[in-house]
Amino acid sequence: MEYLSIFFDQVYKILFLLIPVLVSVAMVVWLDRRVWAFVQKRQGPNVVGPFGLLQTIADALKYIFKEIIIPSSSNKVIFILAPIVTMTLALIAWAVIPFSATQVLADINVGILYLFAVSSLGVYGIIMGGWASNSKYPFLGAIRSAAQMVSYEVSIGVIIINVLLCVGSLNLNDIVIAQQNLWFVIPLFPMFVIFFISALAETNRPPFDLPEAEAELVAGYQTEYSGMMYAMFWLGEYANILLMCAMGAILFLGGWLSPLEMYPFDLVPGPVWLVLKILLLFLLFALVKAIVPRYRYDQLMKLGWKVFLPLSLIWVVLTASYLFYFNLLPVN
Amino acid sequence: MIAHSIFFYTFSIIAIVSAIMVTASKNTVHSVFFLILDFISISCLFIMIGAEFLGMIMLIVYVGAVAVLFLFVVMMLNVAQQKNQWFSSEESSKHIPVGLIISTLIFVELIIVIGGWKYKPDLFDINNSIEINYVSNTHSLGQVLYTDYIHIFQISGMILLVAMIGAIVLTFRKRVGVKTQSYIKQISRERSDGVSVVKVESNKGVKIDD
Repeated sequence: MEYLSIFFDQVYKILFLLIPVLVSVAMVVWLDRRVWAFVQKRQGPNVVGPFGLLQTIADALKYIFKEIIIPSSSNKVIFILAPIVTMTLALIAWAVIPFSATQVLADINVGILYLFAVSSLGVYGIIMGGWASNSKYPFLGAIRSAAQMVSYEVSIGVIIINVLLCVGSLNLNDIVIAQQNLWFVIPLFPMFVIFFISALAETNRPPFDLPEAEAELVAGYQTEYSGMMYAMFWLGEYANILLMCAMGAILFLGGWLSPLEMYPFDLVPGPVWLVLKILLLFLLFALVKAIVPRYRYDQLMKLGWKVFLPLSLIWVVLTASYLFYFNLLPVN
Repeated sequence: MIAHSIFFYTFSIIAIVSAIMVTASKNTVHSVFFLILDFISISCLFIMIGAEFLGMIMLIVYVGAVAVLFLFVVMMLNVAQQKNQWFSSEESSKHIPVGLIISTLIFVELIIVIGGWKYKPDLFDINNSIEINYVSNTHSLGQVLYTDYIHIFQISGMILLVAMIGAIVLTFRKRVGVKTQSYIKQISRERSDGVSVVKVESNKGVKIDD
């Protein structure tokens, strides 16, 4: 009985986290299309519901009622597993995101490593989908994405080391609390820029959307997918984007902390600040999609390995020596 | 405690079954996927004994990077369509004795190490210098890795570096006649290099190089 009550307690908490995440994924898809449209002087989706807010739900309903077509030459088990893997990985990472000092599902010691591990597993959904389709375009897309995501993970890892040097703990709440006086975006601003660009590449967003480049690869790894399975890829991708935004907000923008510890600001609860910061980063993601043309593949690789990796490594040495020289290293 | 052992047996059964499936499955890509499953369940076991840092690093390094490159190579070689002939062909049965010898050696080594650890703990003089109870797993690892074991750590890093450079040297070949982009060349181009005013005489034309 004791186990059962713990189980139901946890399930209740998980649902309380997951349903808002899924709803906000739907809203964020709408926001993305709307921002994209406004940059191009269009209206965007504005018919279904107020301001077109329910457009994504209408789209999802349409996808649910479509037939799922599984190519006869595909590897069926892996073909079906791929979107499930993408969606699951995008959702389980939210378990460690702290919404305030106490509101976190799993306050584990190695929270940032868990986030990094889950986001680096995200490549499997794409590779599995691309390979199991047994078709040329998906396969090319999968191979491109494997190389791209592994390359940009390296620089994200080094950037995380920068932040960890200033914090001295792998716990996400500790990382947030360490920014109480100064958000890391100010001392580590170049790292924030590199993190943002690497996050674009890690989530296959334009200008790094080569895995699905519609002009050359039709739609990359999703070419053979239809109906609900396509929708799962699509929602998983947006959940991943939100996750990278949350990671950026926690690492650099002070997570659930309010910008100033003053009267009007501390009335607003922590979760609201975190959501606002995630939305701010997401708006940047959406704007970049609208205004930047796609990179060429060799330029993408060159940027990852020859520019970002050396820069972030040099910054690690700089941060470490600065902290050491001024005796600021967090030792406990 | 019951829940703990249920999880332990679940993860270890998954680990062992997937390890067997790595060698037994007919499709090479499936083997790699089973290997990934194996890595994941091993990292779950690491987390269960309280070594959460090792578990996460296992996920990041092996599953997130090494296995991706494995998959990459296996898919590129297009061995997916070939069937694994291990159990049927005459040719490969010659390799079975070698494999048996190697696996017996590894098994004996494991028995020696674990047996020694169990019955002669004073042979393994580790973990005596630090208090494990008060610091987290990650901290205690950091405390010994860069102090007591700094030389071993550095040497293993050097070996990896040498292996990486060796692999690059072996596979690198400079292709001639390939047009690549050089940013420095493009930026340092001046008007005087690219444009010249030529007086064209009639019925003679102009010589264009390149």
